Amino acid sequence: MKSFLKRLLGTIPVLFGVVLLIFIMLRIIPGDPVTMLLGEHVNQDTIDRLTEVMGLNDPLPTQFFNYIVNALHGDLGVSYKYNREVTDMILEALPYTIKLAVLAALFAWVIGLVTGIISAVRQNHLADRLFMGFSLAGVSIPIFMTSLFLQYFLAFKVKLFPLTENGSLYSMILPAIALGWNSAGRIARMTRSNLLEELQADYIDTARAKGLRQNAVIVSHALKNSMLPIVTMMALQLSSMLSGAVITESVFAIPGIGRLATTAISNRDMPVLQGTVLFTTVIVIAGNLLADLLYSVLDPRIRKEA
Amino acid sequence: MAKRVFFRKQNESDAPQNIEQNTASSEEDLLGQIGEKDGITDKLRRMCRQNKLAAFSAVVILIILLMAVFAPVIAPYGEAEQDLLNRLQAPSAAHWLGTDELGRDVFSRLLYGARVSLSIGIIPSIISLLIGIFLGLTAGYFGGWYDYVIMRLADVMLSVPSLLMAMVVMYTLGSSITSLFIALIIVDWASVARVVRSQTLSLKESEYVEAARSIGVGHFTIMIRHILPNCIPSLIVLFTLNVPSAILSESSLSFLGIGVQPPAASWGLIVNQAKQFLFTQPWLCLAPCIAIMIVVLAFNFLGDGLRDVLDPYMKDQ
Repeated sequence: MKSFLKRLLGTIPVLFGVVLLIFIMLRIIPGDPVTMLLGEHVNQDTIDRLTEVMGLNDPLPTQFFNYIVNALHGDLGVSYKYNREVTDMILEALPYTIKLAVLAALFAWVIGLVTGIISAVRQNHLADRLFMGFSLAGVSIPIFMTSLFLQYFLAFKVKLFPLTENGSLYSMILPAIALGWNSAGRIARMTRSNLLEELQADYIDTARAKGLRQNAVIVSHALKNSMLPIVTMMALQLSSMLSGAVITESVFAIPGIGRLATTAISNRDMPVLQGTVLFTTVIVIAGNLLADLLYSVLDPRIRKEA
Repeated sequence: MAKRVFFRKQNESDAPQNIEQNTASSEEDLLGQIGEKDGITDKLRRMCRQNKLAAFSAVVILIILLMAVFAPVIAPYGEAEQDLLNRLQAPSAAHWLGTDELGRDVFSRLLYGARVSLSIGIIPSIISLLIGIFLGLTAGYFGGWYDYVIMRLADVMLSVPSLLMAMVVMYTLGSSITSLFIALIIVDWASVARVVRSQTLSLKESEYVEAARSIGVGHFTIMIRHILPNCIPSLIVLFTLNVPSAILSESSLSFLGIGVQPPAASWGLIVNQAKQFLFTQPWLCLAPCIAIMIVVLAFNFLGDGLRDVLDPYMKDQ
């Protein structure tokens, strides 16, 4: 517990660094956001008033301080384009991304674990070769390719699924498979190699020698001991999943967080981009913390040290 | 019964392999397996003998690199040569992979796109490798507050999802090939720095470094001459695996329309322009996607093969 608290405190400078970095990076752009927002033929009074309202007259450190204080109160600023609270826009988009990510994670974990276990047990058999081929494809194919091809074959040709998101959970399945495929591949490869390594151990021979069935040996002995790094990796997949969600959301027209970020770029809507990036990063950092916590809960050796 | 079969299978799969390896491999191979007798070139030779897939991947990469370099010679049409009468053609003898919405030859555009996609895969990876080596070496060697600052900076970089970080850079610098370079360098250097730092930390305590220090060798000579060479195997592996991820990032950004801008061609951009014709002319999407897949697969196979011979202790990420 003590080490976890230490780890928790350790994320504060990182979080601060992320906010500072994104803040600086988004403000070194040449050009005045106010004139960009209003266009050219506006009188000086309007420009001055808006500059004042947006707090752009303050020196940069003051702006940064204000931004942090506001962000801690849940206020991420106002969108240039839509004149709405960025926090509201994010909260509106969030359920879509959560649904997508949860479905994708479920797909990745179930498929990844099952195929990984089967591949390990039937090492070098047809099923193993097949599954490892699929998982390698998952790691090497860009997400937009999986998305486009699932959309073309399963939605357009076979018409099993709707082409784009339509509000139902069912329409999320295809994007979730596209998003989860990559993680499924990684999990399958890792499960396979860990399990194979674990099956070489002496205690496995002991378990067999005392007459345990093969399924019992694999599930309650080998798998249990090889799960640890796999569980942590599952939590760490969050970061790449949120990156990937940007692509899937764009292909399947899902109005989630990733879509918010992409449209913010084409609209030159700085507060929205800043808000979404910060929000996603906080989720990723929280996910990493959770992975650490899980690790120490699951591994008695680490628990004792702490 | 199942138990026994399982038992035997394991033994079978282990034993013949070992025997085969022992009889087939020459003395130098054995030395290589046991100790550190052989240099990098010997290890590479061993990889080519033992891991045909990795060797084949290296050949594929070489062929694609050559095709990219000689694109103007090979390509049957120009990069932006339009033929508005023959728009959206299916693959034919005249246009091997068909034509796009402006009647441009897709095969030629793929060849020219390979130049952009591969250079964006390779050049930023080299630069971020150099930056990562410098920062990782100095941070690990000198330690103290300098180390703390560099590593927290790396933590910051690694905690922002890479695509979003790249998107922020593209927003600030505008969509162009140069900003893609900078975006990928900013995203990639941190992981290199971490690997180099952790190796430096363990190497700087070793006896030969202490010996070098005791006879008065300077800090930078120790870093470059005595520590860096020991990091090179894992750096080669890291580089081979960074290139495909950079290619994937570039294609993702270009796919979203915030990467390479037309009329230039990159594989991601070709997909981006072809996706509106997905349901009517699907082959337009297929060709660039397969090109990306082949290159990424080849680099991954090569990276895995290199890891097996050069850096067997490095685990799957």
